Amino acid sequence: MSASTHSPVLKHHFEDLGQQHACERLGIWMFLATEVLFFGGLFGAYTVYRLWYPEEFILASSHLNRTIATVNTVFLITSSLTMTLAIRSAKLGDRSALIRNLLITAALGTAFMVMKGFEYKIDFQERYVPGRIFQEEHDAAFRAVFPTSGPALTREQAEQYFKEHPEAHQRWAWELVLHNYGKDPNDPDYRDPGKMQLFLLFYYIMTGIHGLHIIIGIGCILWLVWEARRGMIPPENYSTVEVVSLYWHLVDAIWLFLMPLLYLAGAGMHHH
Amino acid sequence: MSVAVSHAAPVAAPPPPEPAPAKVDYLNVSHTIWSWLFTIDHKRIGILYLISITVFFLAGGIAAGLVRLNLLGYEASGHILSEDSYNRAFTAHGVMMLFFFLIPAVPAVLGNFLIPMMIGAKDLAFPKLNLASWYVFILGAALAIWSVLAGGIDTGWTLYPPYSTRASQSNVVPGVVGVFISGFSSIMTGLNIMVTIHKMRAPGMTWSRLPLFVWALYGTSLMQLLATPVIAITLLLLTVERIWGVGIFDPSLGGDPILFQHLFWFYSHPAVYIMILPGMGVISEVLTCFSRKNIFGYHAVAWSSMGIAVVSFLLWAHHMFVAGISFYAALLFSLLSMLVAVPSAIKVFNWTATLYRGSITFQAPMLFSLGFVVLFTIGGLTGLFLATLGTDIHLHDTYFVVAHFHFVMVGGMVMGYFAGLHFWWPKITGRMYSDWWSRIAASIIIVGFFLTFIPQFWIGYHGMPRRYPNYPAEYQIFNVMSTAGASILGLGYLMPAVYLTMSLFNGQKASANPWSATGLEWQTPSPPSVHNFDSTPVVVCGPYEYAIGVDQMGRGLPEPPGPGAAGDPASHHGPTGPSGPMKKETEVVG
Repeated sequence: MSASTHSPVLKHHFEDLGQQHACERLGIWMFLATEVLFFGGLFGAYTVYRLWYPEEFILASSHLNRTIATVNTVFLITSSLTMTLAIRSAKLGDRSALIRNLLITAALGTAFMVMKGFEYKIDFQERYVPGRIFQEEHDAAFRAVFPTSGPALTREQAEQYFKEHPEAHQRWAWELVLHNYGKDPNDPDYRDPGKMQLFLLFYYIMTGIHGLHIIIGIGCILWLVWEARRGMIPPENYSTVEVVSLYWHLVDAIWLFLMPLLYLAGAGMHHH
Repeated sequence: MSVAVSHAAPVAAPPPPEPAPAKVDYLNVSHTIWSWLFTIDHKRIGILYLISITVFFLAGGIAAGLVRLNLLGYEASGHILSEDSYNRAFTAHGVMMLFFFLIPAVPAVLGNFLIPMMIGAKDLAFPKLNLASWYVFILGAALAIWSVLAGGIDTGWTLYPPYSTRASQSNVVPGVVGVFISGFSSIMTGLNIMVTIHKMRAPGMTWSRLPLFVWALYGTSLMQLLATPVIAITLLLLTVERIWGVGIFDPSLGGDPILFQHLFWFYSHPAVYIMILPGMGVISEVLTCFSRKNIFGYHAVAWSSMGIAVVSFLLWAHHMFVAGISFYAALLFSLLSMLVAVPSAIKVFNWTATLYRGSITFQAPMLFSLGFVVLFTIGGLTGLFLATLGTDIHLHDTYFVVAHFHFVMVGGMVMGYFAGLHFWWPKITGRMYSDWWSRIAASIIIVGFFLTFIPQFWIGYHGMPRRYPNYPAEYQIFNVMSTAGASILGLGYLMPAVYLTMSLFNGQKASANPWSATGLEWQTPSPPSVHNFDSTPVVVCGPYEYAIGVDQMGRGLPEPPGPGAAGDPASHHGPTGPSGPMKKETEVVG
């Protein structure tokens, strides 16, 4: 039996630390495979509708906040770097550097979530939320142009009206109404509000589940900080950090797919 | 490391002395309720699962009983349930039996208990994750039970939108969330078992010395890991759609209900193999032991488990032949569905060849296993009718499908589960149950099963749709037969509950290896000690060396039980037995 048998970090049912670490590594890789399939179902469904309704998806995407998404992307990529540096610190047995790198990673993750929170807040203020809210907002803009009683505004009058009453309606709603002005729903250039809501639904579900993963990741990193403080992450047990890092990198990588799918759909093509 | 067994010696080494019963075993080590609720011992967690799924088997069985009772009468002759309650009864039956009984039955009960013992490990790789999986299961189960008690779900277990998202007035959301949550327990169990098989095998336990039960659980775990997350996200989308009133799967809002079916079956088709494959693993253990023969075609049986696991992912759309998928897709999925019959048939042929000229004894585990082989074969072959495009259009959504599915799931998997439970019961509890009563129960179950489901093939073929409470008067006689069979079946299932429970109190104490089996789990006392093995076992030969009569540690086997065993060497050493002239036909793996 190896000398590490008596290590305080060796769990009772393993022969040695080598076996323990091998189990942890294989376990996290299998968990990542599960995660890929979990998000895969979501990406698959997104792909179907992205291909079926490209114009609505592009239009809906153009109203998301790309600035925040870009800043958030920088946060996450940087956090993957500090996470990797944390593994190196753990390997070297540099406890203070380990804790520092972990805390920076957790801080970047938190910054991501705070920014994401602001973004959701803006989305909600713009009432850019699928379901009843979207429908109400769209209908209000539509009724301003096509009142139930009285004559409809001409296109020019409608443009003028929205320019003069910027507070009365959301920009996305009146742009959509103006775009569809005079178009039959069967017109290929007609943008179906229902299909735009489909995009928004994917936006909220995908970023919501991703955000949940970030929060769990931050929790795991703070747990690592706690363990490191207690001295439970000696160099021979650095793989604990590695396991959390693999999870963190996956969550990061998923964002790198979400960013272009959600925020950059048709970016640069949309000139309406 | 591997130590070769001398194949030249046909006479077995003497069996090891009976290990002294452990003074402290995993059952009596502590008795408080907390010692069970916070246990991280894989054996105790297996027992927690055993109790939980037994409750669901009973509840699902009661729902099935209501459905069968209702079908005694056709429209004019009256029903005991309203049509709405009937929908809720068959949905409750499906949801509870599939998600809360069949999926966890063998992996979470027997797999949990046996995988570490079979490969010579102290525990599963992640004991706390294992306990967490049970709590997650209970949480999901509680939600599902609540949804049933608070009015039930009327969508059928398949939950097809837009009915489930817009039309249904029933309690869909808590039930769906319950299934969603319990899925994570399935993933945790699968991950744990897979890592354990990879990394925790005892010295000498090479891949080709793994018991076939372990191979089957490996394939099962692969499917649990890769298929379950897809149903998770699908159910999440369904829930969001129902709560928010948006249209991911709703065609009137731009969504596509067929997409739901694709995603649902991407999980739910592998899921039926998650249910059946562990049962197949049990059968390989039991048939060899009670025919005193080496398994025929070890590698073929092992790799067919992997074949089933892989192919299971490629044939989901055969549930959708009449749902409007493209003809060419249907053609491809039809072909792939036939392909999965190949590994299944490989198993059946190899089991049959294993039985050939074996010294067969008919204890309860063997009766259940033989029942499995016959019923599963019928279920599998009728599956080919459904995989064929032309016949499926006729048979789709009829009782033919119901009968096919129950032949595989009940005739196959429940039989396999009972075979396993009876086989390892002495190891799990340290007690022997009544031999006579268990044989009677197995026989009653097999008879009841045939009477229940053979008539359903008939009425299904003649056009009776599934899920309908009403039918023409001509079908009544077959429905009466089916309900009569179900009553016998129900009686048969209640019997083990009685004699197994009684064995705990007045059963004979079990020896370490009462069936004279070869696996490592039998080399520990019954019931096992807390850490399974006092010292790590060293494996020197393959899992089924019944021909030369040695266990996996290379030691001799005790005299097998059964009629004529004592003083009748023919039972396993006789001229027609595997050690006799036919010995050369058996395959030695190791």
